[in-house]
Amino acid sequence: MKNILEVKHLTKEFLIGGAQEKYLALRDVLSNPFKKFKQPPLVKFKALDDVSFDVASGDSVGIIGRNGAGKSTLLKILSRITPPTTGKVITRGRIASLLEVGTGFHMELTGRENIYMNGSILGMRKKEIDRHFDAIVDFSGVEKFLDTPLKRYSSGMQLRLAFAVAAHLEPEILIIDEVLAVGDAEFQKKCLGKMDEVSINDGRTVLFVSHHMGTIAQLCKKVLLLEKGVVLKYADNAMEGIDQYLKLNRNNPSYVNDGTEHEVIGVKRISVTNTEGEALSDFTNKDEIVVDFELEYYQIPQNTSLYVSILNQYKMPVFSEEQIIEANRMRLKIFPDFLVQGNYSISVILHLIPSETYFTAEDICPFHITDIDSKMIVYNNFNHNYGNVFGKAKWIS
Amino acid sequence: MEYIIERQHKFSLGLKELIRYRELFYFFTWRDIKVKYKQAALGFLWAVLQPLLMMLIFTLIFSKGLKVSSEGIPYPVFALSGLIIWNIFSTGLLSSANSMVTNASIIKKIYFPRLIIPMSSILTALFDFCFALLVYICVVIWYSHSTDWLRVLYCLPVSILLTVFTTFGLGTFLAAFNVKYRDFQYVIPFMIQFLLFVNPVLYSSKIFQEGILGWFMRLNPLANAINLSRSAFTGSPIDWMGVLYSFGVALVLFLIGIYTFRKTEAYFADLA
Repeated sequence: MKNILEVKHLTKEFLIGGAQEKYLALRDVLSNPFKKFKQPPLVKFKALDDVSFDVASGDSVGIIGRNGAGKSTLLKILSRITPPTTGKVITRGRIASLLEVGTGFHMELTGRENIYMNGSILGMRKKEIDRHFDAIVDFSGVEKFLDTPLKRYSSGMQLRLAFAVAAHLEPEILIIDEVLAVGDAEFQKKCLGKMDEVSINDGRTVLFVSHHMGTIAQLCKKVLLLEKGVVLKYADNAMEGIDQYLKLNRNNPSYVNDGTEHEVIGVKRISVTNTEGEALSDFTNKDEIVVDFELEYYQIPQNTSLYVSILNQYKMPVFSEEQIIEANRMRLKIFPDFLVQGNYSISVILHLIPSETYFTAEDICPFHITDIDSKMIVYNNFNHNYGNVFGKAKWIS
Repeated sequence: MEYIIERQHKFSLGLKELIRYRELFYFFTWRDIKVKYKQAALGFLWAVLQPLLMMLIFTLIFSKGLKVSSEGIPYPVFALSGLIIWNIFSTGLLSSANSMVTNASIIKKIYFPRLIIPMSSILTALFDFCFALLVYICVVIWYSHSTDWLRVLYCLPVSILLTVFTTFGLGTFLAAFNVKYRDFQYVIPFMIQFLLFVNPVLYSSKIFQEGILGWFMRLNPLANAINLSRSAFTGSPIDWMGVLYSFGVALVLFLIGIYTFRKTEAYFADLA
């Protein structure tokens, strides 16, 4: 069977720094018809550079990459919103894109009217909308407000209605871009369930762009990793691609004591590392994390203890550990499947109980944990706060 | 269903796709009409009141005040016959010229044949026309003008067709232009005001019969459309050669408009 989507040597160039930057005014052209305007020279910027890949029917492909990697440009070309500069795409099925849900919604129209308007803009026939109408209303849960103008809806209700329409599209290829950013927890779960249904049960081909590696891991079989407009990896196994993406984000998260900020003594370097001792800032929930302290033991008074707190994104301690310093190197291992997805940092105190404090450092060594396979994974996509650690608990009946 | 996405090299009308997306014409038009009349307390009454009030003020100024010749028919009938055609043109042109910018948020996110947008703007204008036409018929009957209704049946459609062709050509051209040159949106209302006096809406085209102006009136599709709608009810003779010529002019405008539009269409999302 032929591939449902073939992308061949796709390149998209933009001109930046010149006329394209602002809206062209006819005035400028008329007042200066022969000369080129005094503008900085145009710079060609390749948003996509010779991108090629194939997608087989029924595949769910996650498209990942850092900001500016070319993900959105790729989707825009695939959904025919903007043409490529060179190269081509061969598609063998109807493509529907949800670059943003609710496109074409009009505040003055009622919920019912918007379902029809939005559905037809997304490419549904009126007959199809009629057929799915009850399911859409049911899915969105805005039944009571169906004949109320959309402007009276809360933003959550608008989003639910929008996603409900989108979820009932029946294209062969569905393109989704970060639609799961907002909404309440229950509805988000419903959306993810629906997407699973679309890609797994219906055998629909799905291209999904997201920054949530957890969602990608959960929903996608394959991963296309873009970096600066180039395909860095097209992995058959989603995890491979995600791993490589996380490595892209590595910077130097170490804390080095240069003696200027804190008066004291004794601490040379603090870093967050993996088990191999590489300093990283991105981990998954499956990784063992080691907080590595390089100290100058001989400068530190006896019986001084090292007090470490792991801080969550609100800078509140999740847990703390303490140990009497007895060597130049101290390493604290954080077990896998303990911290949930989120941003963390650490704070460190060297003190001699009860009164002497030799060293403090707050909010250093930031790192991020990505949830790739926990059972709470669906809750990660909508900032639902279910705690900072996975429970040490078990259902016993 | 297999298709290829690549840079368009040669010009095509994209008719096949327009047919495939035909339902969108209806939905865009329907939306614009709904939105337009939803908030108005008087609703559709506006569509009736507007031409009526215009007719009254023009009658007051041009007939009672300035004593403008109205080809021997009551001036209200005369003015209204021009106004109904003029309104298709002016509202259609204004909304289709601005349509790509107003719908930029949709254009940037979803693909569909872009021509649907300016086209449905004109369909919306035609909807208003239906009400205005009703008013016109009532006024004609009020003045008990003897009317050959069979004549109306063939003159009026030709007149409307001519107007729509012209509006569409200019509208698509301006829509494309408007996306590229943003200061153009300030020019369009002025242009429409200007054209109101260039076209024989308020005066008879008979006052220009000689020379360049005479030819201008003969070739001008709008002038011909107005004359057609006028003589449909009044029975004054029709210059069918002029109608034919002006159809040619309208066709040229139409082709220029569509060509410009299709050429720039692909880059609307980049520009808007």
